[in-house]
Amino acid sequence: MSVAKPLPHDAARLHVTGSARYVDDIPTPAGCLHLAFGLAEIASGTIARIDLDQTRSAPGVVGVWCAKDLPTDCDCSPSAHDEPLLSDDSIHYLGQPVFLVAATSHLAARKAVALASITYEERKPILSIDEALEAGSHFEEGPRIWQKGDAEQAIQSAPHRLDGEIEIGGQEHFYLEGQAALAVPQEGGDMLVHSSTQHPTEIQHKVAHALDIPMHAVRVETRRMGGGFGGKESQGNALAIACAVVALQTGKPAKMRYDRDDDFMVTGKRHDFRIHYSAGFDAKGRLQGLAFTQYARCGWAQDLSLPVADRAMLHATNAYFVPNVRIESHRLKTNTQSATAFRGFGGPQGMLGMERVMDHVAHHLDLDPTAVRQANYFGSDQNAVPAAVQTTPYGQPVEEFALGEMTKALIESSDFKARQDAVRAWNETQPVLKKGLALTPVMFGISFTLTHLNQAGALVHVYQDGSIHLNHGGTEMGQGLFQKVAQVAASRFGVGLETIKITATDTAKVPNTSATAASSGSDLNGMAVLAACDTIRNRMADHLAQLWQVPSDKIAFGDTSVTDGNRTISFAEAAKLCYEGRISLSSTGFYRTPKLEWDRLRGQGRPFFYFAYGVSASEVVVDTLSGEYRILRADILHDCGASLNPALDIGQIEGGFVQGAGWLTTEELVWDDKGRLRTHAPSTYKIPACSDRPDVFNVALWDGANQEDTIYRSKAVGEPPFMHGISVLMALSDAVASCGRGYPDLNAPATPERVLAAVRRVQNEL
Amino acid sequence: MAEVTMTVNGKSVTKSVKGNTLMTDFLREELRLTGTHVGCDTSQCGACVIHVNGQAVKSCTMFAAEADGAEVATIEGQANADGSLSVIQAAFQEHHGLQCGFCTPGMVMSAAALLKENPKPTEAEVRDYLEGNICRCTGYHNIVKAIMAASGQDVSSIAAE
Repeated sequence: MSVAKPLPHDAARLHVTGSARYVDDIPTPAGCLHLAFGLAEIASGTIARIDLDQTRSAPGVVGVWCAKDLPTDCDCSPSAHDEPLLSDDSIHYLGQPVFLVAATSHLAARKAVALASITYEERKPILSIDEALEAGSHFEEGPRIWQKGDAEQAIQSAPHRLDGEIEIGGQEHFYLEGQAALAVPQEGGDMLVHSSTQHPTEIQHKVAHALDIPMHAVRVETRRMGGGFGGKESQGNALAIACAVVALQTGKPAKMRYDRDDDFMVTGKRHDFRIHYSAGFDAKGRLQGLAFTQYARCGWAQDLSLPVADRAMLHATNAYFVPNVRIESHRLKTNTQSATAFRGFGGPQGMLGMERVMDHVAHHLDLDPTAVRQANYFGSDQNAVPAAVQTTPYGQPVEEFALGEMTKALIESSDFKARQDAVRAWNETQPVLKKGLALTPVMFGISFTLTHLNQAGALVHVYQDGSIHLNHGGTEMGQGLFQKVAQVAASRFGVGLETIKITATDTAKVPNTSATAASSGSDLNGMAVLAACDTIRNRMADHLAQLWQVPSDKIAFGDTSVTDGNRTISFAEAAKLCYEGRISLSSTGFYRTPKLEWDRLRGQGRPFFYFAYGVSASEVVVDTLSGEYRILRADILHDCGASLNPALDIGQIEGGFVQGAGWLTTEELVWDDKGRLRTHAPSTYKIPACSDRPDVFNVALWDGANQEDTIYRSKAVGEPPFMHGISVLMALSDAVASCGRGYPDLNAPATPERVLAAVRRVQNEL
Repeated sequence: MAEVTMTVNGKSVTKSVKGNTLMTDFLREELRLTGTHVGCDTSQCGACVIHVNGQAVKSCTMFAAEADGAEVATIEGQANADGSLSVIQAAFQEHHGLQCGFCTPGMVMSAAALLKENPKPTEAEVRDYLEGNICRCTGYHNIVKAIMAASGQDVSSIAAE
């Protein structure tokens, strides 16, 4: 069986030979036009005058579009219908597309854009959380509040209390392949769109809406993305719509790819947050009451901000049982790029708020932070009731909790206690370089919190030569989904992977799909493919059983052959026999996640099918004269259930950790007081480079099967490992804390400047 | 327009190009060699690394005219003559040194240039050399491992298999 084997990425050979095709690599029919947006140069106001004459007459320009030239409002929003493709004269952020140019080359389009002359009437933009609060600028009618027990009362009556606040920066996705789309007009006004998207159905839906045609007239195909990370869940809509409009109106194919700077300026990023906390706890650091106020900066449009902010609330207490909790969430509207999905989808921000509380409580009581964490875990000794009946703040019973055992295992395997002593000894003798070590857990809920999205479809054909065509609604962005799902199909038919043809995601093959997001790709699509394969396999077994005059359950598939125990034929021969017997060798498959029930307004129910767990320990060294630091070692133990492919899963964990560490350390988004993003290229926005990875990096999988009936008892792996990066920030906090008596109060990203400031603050507090 | 002649992956090519045609556009559009990727347009991400006269070069900030008379190698020319993967390519596949694959051609080209000048690099030397190649997916661990393995060194001690 190919499931559970550490097989390489299915497209590895294509990638290493340069023959894997991305959107920009697809050969285009003759006359293809290239598009570029003209972007607003102010963050808030209106357009007083716009002169595009020079743009229109620039070499190579075929057409220029403003909002009034579009067939409809060409809305790009995945939620609230508040994102017109081009500005209707009102400007909501610096970087908002104002007009669209089509030219004979990418360069000609970009050069023409630069010739535009626009004058604005500027308004004072709302940029910061404070400005938004002051102006009452927010989405939804007011803050969303969920509670369990009486947090205020519990905090008041607890032996100890502390209050604090953490600022958490956003993050640019920096998928290596920028946003890209290609529209090829078809007969009768139909449209074929190739898009670098995690959500082909959404592209289909939005293009159909923009052109005012039914969804059946639009086909979207996505073979792969050069990285997505959530940044291609809704942010590809604008390019696909622009290409489709131009293709429809000119009759020519139209292609658009953002230049990297435009990609930074136009598209949404991870939400930055401020989280205020009040905690009441006992002498051992056990929480009795906890209140969070989360402020999310959502940018100018609603996009996916509501479910992102919801997930920040859902993960606000991470892996800890807190008897009394109140979480208040503000979704603030600002004149900045519309913050969007990014790996973890608000979960990382919520979780970091809680880990900050743990760190602060331990510092306040002068206790070991790891011990404080363990004392607060679900099912820890403090709680007389068994773990099975403990519930999250939103009322979901925690039926399986692996972190107690996993934490003990990681403490052992990483030699954590001895290294803690060594770090302490080092810090006592070293005046300049200070080390820090921290362990943090991850408990991440798996399922889309919008319950109806938890469905998937598949389409499988077996051809008469025994080769198999595999299609499903999931998209490939590097995570290895296609390989994992192909392993499922190969296992169901008992054939080798070479028998399976993995094909591009295509809205004409599998309709009404959900985004490949929320880590759900293999859970949902694996099950849908399993259903399709089993339908075909059962038909084949029934037919062969009839031919051979044996009961169907005697027919077995394996080793690329089919047998009844006496006769054995190849899978190809079996396919041919079934074809000749007029048996349908094609089937769809469908899956919907069971057990989900969720009321987001009340914040009550079971939003998640199950939880994925992980624990990480990071060690850092800080130069207290410069604030610079290095990650010396990271150890991670992560729960993928019964892994479908350990090599791909470990790859997700390694990459997720480094990306998470980047979010909290070097990746800093800076907007100036005019609302201009000043870090809009790799020259100023620093994602981790090869030398930033820890010197020692140990990743292991927790050995266990999912308690829930998932695809081969595996667990989702896309997002959860991202949050292991939190242990790096906590290790930095530990190192800074060794410089004096004060609490480091380290905000994220903990750039060297912030670390240095924290060192000074801690040193000066006596 | 000016005529340029160069050898690309062993084949002589003569084309007439504009003076401002970038090498990436020349390779991708004129020669349809789309394995050389454009990630940042500003010679920082390394997805466009090719070899010009044996040196690793970021082709997004080089003019095609500058390669006149040069020996150029791209990712499409890295496999062996019989179509089998080169040692470096095979190592990236085997050691999972890729996810989305967009940085991979540049990584492979940089690795090839490194191993030519330093056949047995230390891990630190590999990391240092790859400073100009950004990967957003893998966390670099398996990329470093693949290059160490391609250099014939034992990678069993590099954890996280």
